[in-house]
Amino acid sequence: MAARQETVARVESIDVDAYKYGFSTDIESVKAPKGLNEDIVRFISAKKGEPQWLTDWRLDAYRRWLTMAEPRWARVHYPRIDFQDLYYYSAPKSTPGPKSLDEVDPELLRTYEKLGIPLREQEILAGVETRRVAVDAVFDSVSVATTFKAELAKAGVIFCPISEAVQTHPELVRKYLGSVVPVTDNFYATLNSAVFSDGSFVYVPKGVRCPMELSTYFRINEQNTGQFERTLIIADEGSYVSYLEGCTAPKRDENQLHAAVVELVALDDAEIKYSTVQNWYPGDSEGRGGIYNFVTKRGDCRGRNSHISWTQVETGSAITWKYPSCILRGDGSQGEFYSIAVSNGYQQVDSGTKMLHLGKNTKSRIISKGISAGHSQNTYRGQVSAHRKADGARNFTQCDSLLIGPNCGAHTVPYIESKNPSAQFEHEATTSKISEDQLFYAMQRGLSAEEATALIVNGFVRDVLQQLPMEFAVEAQKLISISLEGSVG
Amino acid sequence: MIKLASEAEATLSSFYEEMRDKGAPRLRAAGWASFSESGVPNRRVESWHYTDLKTAMGRPAPLATASRAALSLPRAHDSLRLVTLDGVFRPDLSDIARLPDGVIAQSLRDALAQGEPHVLSALASADIGAQDPILALNAALMQDGVVIQIAPGAAIDRALELTTLASAEAAQSTYTRALVMLGEGARATVVETLGALSSAPAQDNCALVLRLAPGARLDLVTHFSGGVDQAIRVASLLAHLDAGAMINSFALIEGEGLNRRQIFARLDGENARAVFNGATLGRGRLHADTTLIMDHAKPCGESREVFRNILDDQSVGVFQGKVIVRPGAQKTDGVMQSKALLLSEQAAMNNKPELEIFADDVQCGHGATCGRLDKDQLFYLTARGLPRREAEALLIEGFANEAMDAIEDEQLRAFLSDRVSAWLSRRISR
Repeated sequence: MAARQETVARVESIDVDAYKYGFSTDIESVKAPKGLNEDIVRFISAKKGEPQWLTDWRLDAYRRWLTMAEPRWARVHYPRIDFQDLYYYSAPKSTPGPKSLDEVDPELLRTYEKLGIPLREQEILAGVETRRVAVDAVFDSVSVATTFKAELAKAGVIFCPISEAVQTHPELVRKYLGSVVPVTDNFYATLNSAVFSDGSFVYVPKGVRCPMELSTYFRINEQNTGQFERTLIIADEGSYVSYLEGCTAPKRDENQLHAAVVELVALDDAEIKYSTVQNWYPGDSEGRGGIYNFVTKRGDCRGRNSHISWTQVETGSAITWKYPSCILRGDGSQGEFYSIAVSNGYQQVDSGTKMLHLGKNTKSRIISKGISAGHSQNTYRGQVSAHRKADGARNFTQCDSLLIGPNCGAHTVPYIESKNPSAQFEHEATTSKISEDQLFYAMQRGLSAEEATALIVNGFVRDVLQQLPMEFAVEAQKLISISLEGSVG
Repeated sequence: MIKLASEAEATLSSFYEEMRDKGAPRLRAAGWASFSESGVPNRRVESWHYTDLKTAMGRPAPLATASRAALSLPRAHDSLRLVTLDGVFRPDLSDIARLPDGVIAQSLRDALAQGEPHVLSALASADIGAQDPILALNAALMQDGVVIQIAPGAAIDRALELTTLASAEAAQSTYTRALVMLGEGARATVVETLGALSSAPAQDNCALVLRLAPGARLDLVTHFSGGVDQAIRVASLLAHLDAGAMINSFALIEGEGLNRRQIFARLDGENARAVFNGATLGRGRLHADTTLIMDHAKPCGESREVFRNILDDQSVGVFQGKVIVRPGAQKTDGVMQSKALLLSEQAAMNNKPELEIFADDVQCGHGATCGRLDKDQLFYLTARGLPRREAEALLIEGFANEAMDAIEDEQLRAFLSDRVSAWLSRRISR
């Protein structure tokens, strides 16, 4: 009951389009000049002190990007983006690569405090009951702090900004960077390859179970800035890692671009669990402003019996274009995708997954829950395919959509392709509204329409919430209630 | 207008020059303009992603010329037959004189020559299927076909069979279009038969336009057969249902070559109901594509689709089904199901069931599965002494029959069951 009351209180206390993380931080920053050309790419590379091969890699990506066209197939509509009117690099002004938190701008730390991100290890250590989470915080384009590094190093786990990994572990970065999402993969991934600024790098060595949750917090602060982070996670044979990602941005009238790339590599018997709570600024109630979120996330189950699981709670962004995928290459590998996508106001979501079954006896499972309210459009787009050699492949897909209000839309576009008779695919989708009976039942027992809706929605998404690490699940549940604000009545 | 680049399109352009003054100039011009914008669709056209018509078509076969052949066609069931042979309506092969009261039939050619406005406007697809280039091409190039008008309130007991056949010894292109209009409260059963009498790789583009006035009911059975490896058949069905109208349809697709059946159905009045079921029996290198757009434009509509793909050898099945619920089409109820059985290592299935929903008080769902015969069930049957192939046949038959349950006409259902049995016994004897 306490949890319910908390949800209700939270819902009541917030105005229709209140976005809790809508503040911006006044902080001095170093920016590259507006626009994009080879010099900017070289500038970014030089700022990071990158080796020549990486500079060349970026330039190659940039040149290819020039020949590519923006994808238009998704069910999202937005004015043309002027890619020359953006800043491609912005960093808080401070000594590059802070050695400890004391060197980090206190203003920045206050920002993360407001966001509720536990950056200070001692604070976390002081609270005996809190589960420990190592955090890498990325502010605009650069990583500002990574916690618990020493303790992770003891276990052999490398967890650091990718720009640092380029310096300290070049062989790993060079081997795996772009091996899951090739440079030429798609328009936004190619752009990211050219201008990516920072992100997290994780390597879990053979047989190691990562001793704590790893987490990255992304924050866009500057105006007219694109954020292009790049995350690379490698789980070596028999290892396990759970990784969380959260995102927020200040409220601004204009749209901001976010084009990230995440690559996961799981070798034999390794497991990666990747959870996202995406809460970028969604724009105001009239559809002004908000983040354009064009993200390429892909996991490669390269080894035998490897396992990659994506869990996402998408409540933010004006536009979401995101398909976390699994390439099930290793025999016996498994892929999972659990998603909650909530859209309200004028948000547009086009999200889903790809499960490509290449190896024998590979399994995948897709559970997608879409909730649309207001004037939003929410699309699930997914692909499941079995190649000729994928004997014994299995897939189960369930896509459910819930509609709240007469002006929103919910769409389902699955592609299910089988070239192997022993592959067994099952797909199910439903669309419905919150039933009057359920609402009546809840309201008759004293809940307001809004409380009753929140209760029913939380039940609707429970299958996915259960997949999230505990502290994220609580946060996500609240987030969903808040996102649906003002959608009832 | 974009200039047509390929050789195929240049040939089609010469067909258009030949047909443009043969009635309904505005409909033809609109169709040609729409086709010219996109050309022959290839894999890059989203709705044709799994059927690369451009590659399959290569160079279009010459436009069909009327054959004078006097044929005697066997009858598979007791229907009143209206025959279009090699792109031309053949009254001599048809049961025109035996049509019951309340049914008026004429050739499309005559109807276009007379130019009755209500027939012309019914022939135009309006905005249903407007995006499809091959349907547009059909409007531009239609040679002949049948126009049937059923009087309001008429209840026609005997089925009307629209037979479209190709008999030429050399490959030809045919463009035919049929129109069936049911007056208010009318009832009828239509059988749509597409077949080939020769082994030439014909290229057929046919369309059947159905207009159901309020309260009308149509039972439709479609049967595709014949066809050879290089043959191409694209059959479009346009169904427009007014308030309270109902269509109950089933299609059996067998034969060879490239087949695409595309259905554009719109429930354009309240309380309309549509059932589109179908089964595909794939053998050899059959490519069978069923693409369905079920458009709920008005409230309280109901739609049901059950499709079964049974794919042997190197056959490829495609099912693309989209249920659209337009803004305001509240209380819509839609359920779509597509199941596929892969019987050989080389068979393949592509399923793409879609929902596009713009109203909140609706109930829509779809299911799609793909796999092979259940091992446990096979074991159960073989353990009881059935040879393996016969055990498979029994299971396949049951699987196909699930899609045939809604056929009300006993005689037609028996005919289709026989076709399934014949297909299965050929499989057993191999």
